[in-house]
Amino acid sequence: MSELLKIEGLTKAYPGVVANDGVGFSVRPGEVHALLGENGAGKSTLVKMIYGLVKPDAGTMHFAGAPYAPTDPRAARTAGVAMVFQHFSLFEALNVAENVALGMENPPPMRQLSGKIREISKAYGLPLDPARLVGDLSAGERQRVEIVRCLLQDPKLLIMDEPTSVLTPQEVDILFHTLRKLSSEGTAILYISHKLEEIRALCEGATILRGGKVVGSCNPREKTARELAEMMVGAELKVTDRAERSFGEVVLKATGLSLPPMSQFGPALKDVGFELHAGEVLGIGGVAGNGQEELLATLSGEKPSIPGTVTLMGKDISSLGPNGRRAMGLLAAPEERLGHAAVPAMSLIENAILTGTMRKPLTKNGFVDQAAAKRFADEIIAAFDVRTPGSHVAARALSGGNLQKYVIGREVLQNPAVLIVNQPTWGVDAAAAAAIRQALLDLAAKGAAVIAISQDLDELMEIADNFAALNEGKLSAPRPTQGLTIEEIGLMLGGAHGMQEATA
Amino acid sequence: MIVGGIDIVSLTATLMGASTPVLLAATGELVAEKSGVLNLGVEGMMIMGAVAGFAAAVATGNPVLGFAMGAVAGALMATLFAFLTQKLLSNQVATGLALTLFGLGLSALIGKGYEGVRPPPTAKIDFGPLSDIPVLGRILFSHDWMVYLSLILVAVVWYVLRSTRAGLILRAVGESHDAAHALGYRVVAVRFAALAFGGALAGLGGAYLSLVRVPQWTEGMTAGAGWIALAIVVFASWRPWRVLLGAYLFGGITALQLQLQAAGYAIPVHILSMAPYVITIVVLVILSAIHRHGVQAAPASLGKSFHASS
Repeated sequence: MSELLKIEGLTKAYPGVVANDGVGFSVRPGEVHALLGENGAGKSTLVKMIYGLVKPDAGTMHFAGAPYAPTDPRAARTAGVAMVFQHFSLFEALNVAENVALGMENPPPMRQLSGKIREISKAYGLPLDPARLVGDLSAGERQRVEIVRCLLQDPKLLIMDEPTSVLTPQEVDILFHTLRKLSSEGTAILYISHKLEEIRALCEGATILRGGKVVGSCNPREKTARELAEMMVGAELKVTDRAERSFGEVVLKATGLSLPPMSQFGPALKDVGFELHAGEVLGIGGVAGNGQEELLATLSGEKPSIPGTVTLMGKDISSLGPNGRRAMGLLAAPEERLGHAAVPAMSLIENAILTGTMRKPLTKNGFVDQAAAKRFADEIIAAFDVRTPGSHVAARALSGGNLQKYVIGREVLQNPAVLIVNQPTWGVDAAAAAAIRQALLDLAAKGAAVIAISQDLDELMEIADNFAALNEGKLSAPRPTQGLTIEEIGLMLGGAHGMQEATA
Repeated sequence: MIVGGIDIVSLTATLMGASTPVLLAATGELVAEKSGVLNLGVEGMMIMGAVAGFAAAVATGNPVLGFAMGAVAGALMATLFAFLTQKLLSNQVATGLALTLFGLGLSALIGKGYEGVRPPPTAKIDFGPLSDIPVLGRILFSHDWMVYLSLILVAVVWYVLRSTRAGLILRAVGESHDAAHALGYRVVAVRFAALAFGGALAGLGGAYLSLVRVPQWTEGMTAGAGWIALAIVVFASWRPWRVLLGAYLFGGITALQLQLQAAGYAIPVHILSMAPYVITIVVLVILSAIHRHGVQAAPASLGKSFHASS
């Protein structure tokens, strides 16, 4: 038995799109195998089929030498397949032990289980307290809950879906240590990511997916990150043009900015302060859920703050709502495209009116000027290469990347003095992400100030002049990105959130 | 023991009976809401239980069969609701309201021939000498079996939700249906079961009204008890023992206002009759004001439709 998992000709079609088209690859016991591909390449559908969440239309799978066709995740777990999800599989209001029990087929009584959780989490350097509520844990600790849940079932194959997107660099190191230990014990790991350096550091084999098809396989250690990226995208990558910029006056200033939590398990903003100059791009890094949404909401005016905490060009704007701030030139694009930045069921024209009417003449005497609104929407579509049949289609009909280009474009074309964006390229394909980053840089080059909040540290290194870390609602002092190392950034982000490896 | 013309012992004894319909319905609704479904049709399920239980008891002469039929009728109504909201993904609020209106109308139609009929009596349990203990005997050992069953049900629901795997899965589904689905739990099946259980208890509560409390059939006889049950679930912040507390508080005020009327207090009857409802609202407002700063106790997926599309 040389192969643990062997997949041949796996096909799955959804209405209008073939998610997987004749996919085949194999994984040996103890191998760390990468599944590489852009968003929408079909990685998630593929692993969902292996985990029994989705039924393939055609093709065969063999696991440990026997035919394998799981009808549901329980069957997959019984066979020895475990999966760590990117999100959607923990229950915030339940404690760690209850969460673990829910992911097991035959959990022991709670008291025994708590002991086992302590034992295994210690053995793999992932300390966890079984009695704590998951809602109170950091992202890194939550992932530990998922991993420990998998490990308690002695899996032969562990699937990890984008495991590092929510971790600080130090937490990534701990995770890799655990994964290498598992692999040395014979557990195969199927590792999904689009972070190429990580894959080169961790994986021995890689299968590259594009448009639902396998377009190549390689040993990632023998390739450069650039070669891998080009295999993934299928074209040469453009490098963003980061022109020299000069800073002007301070335009936006926050001092002592605090905000109570917006949701039950959400963080509070604590005494945030910074100065933003004209022409500057300030990158704010940090693991999601540490106050990013709250910061954007309070800066954009959605959640006004105490008077005297936010000033724009010398004027106190703390108590102004979003429209008051838009009129003065402060615009924002929130993270959630569907439902926050755009109304899913409304057309692109209507969505353009929603934020554009303060700075563009889109209304006349209280009536909507349809022609002007359409011109504005078409202008965004043309300038930002938004792929859509026209400006009349509903926002939800656009793919994530196209809608993101549209909502960013809508703000950029209103000539803001300050633009605040949260996760501008989250879930966006590489070409669109590059275009969005370039647009932000061009905006800054014209003298506007930009705040980019992102989890993607590489992105912030690429576009930001100064970098500040947001951790548990506190913002560190900004530091110039030139010469900043990834270790220093990791420490700014709170290191491993106080968690140390138990085994060194 | 008489205070201001009110006999405290007999008041306590009556409040247990007066609270039982609302207690049963609220306990059932608690289970349904813990699974993440908001069923506003409690009133409709109760009144269907009331008429079906009454009809079955009159036809067979056996009140136990009447209670069983009441539970079945409530469960059938809840299954209809579950089919509409879980399979056809209809809006839970609108469907719940429709279920109440449907139940009120259908029960009036079915009950036409039963007006003025007397149901077979439900006997009180004979505890022998125990009921002769002063004070405690009257309060604890003078009831029919449904009162004790309702208390046992609260304890069972509390234990199952807290300490069993089935309860854990039910809570998990109510907290995050996406996560539960990703782990391979059958969200829709769990919710069907929880709704049916909730409907059965609401039907049981309705049957208790028509067979024991009143005891006869009149159109619209639940008179808002289902809505009070819904409010008590919120009041109790989704905890079984607090449901008991809330139901007895409501029942206590209901019993008290009747005794105040009987004792001839010079308070207008209308104000007394509306007191239980007004006080329930006031308590709810105070509690939600307190809760705003504390832990939000509602299941996170409450009222959200689930479809396994991703």
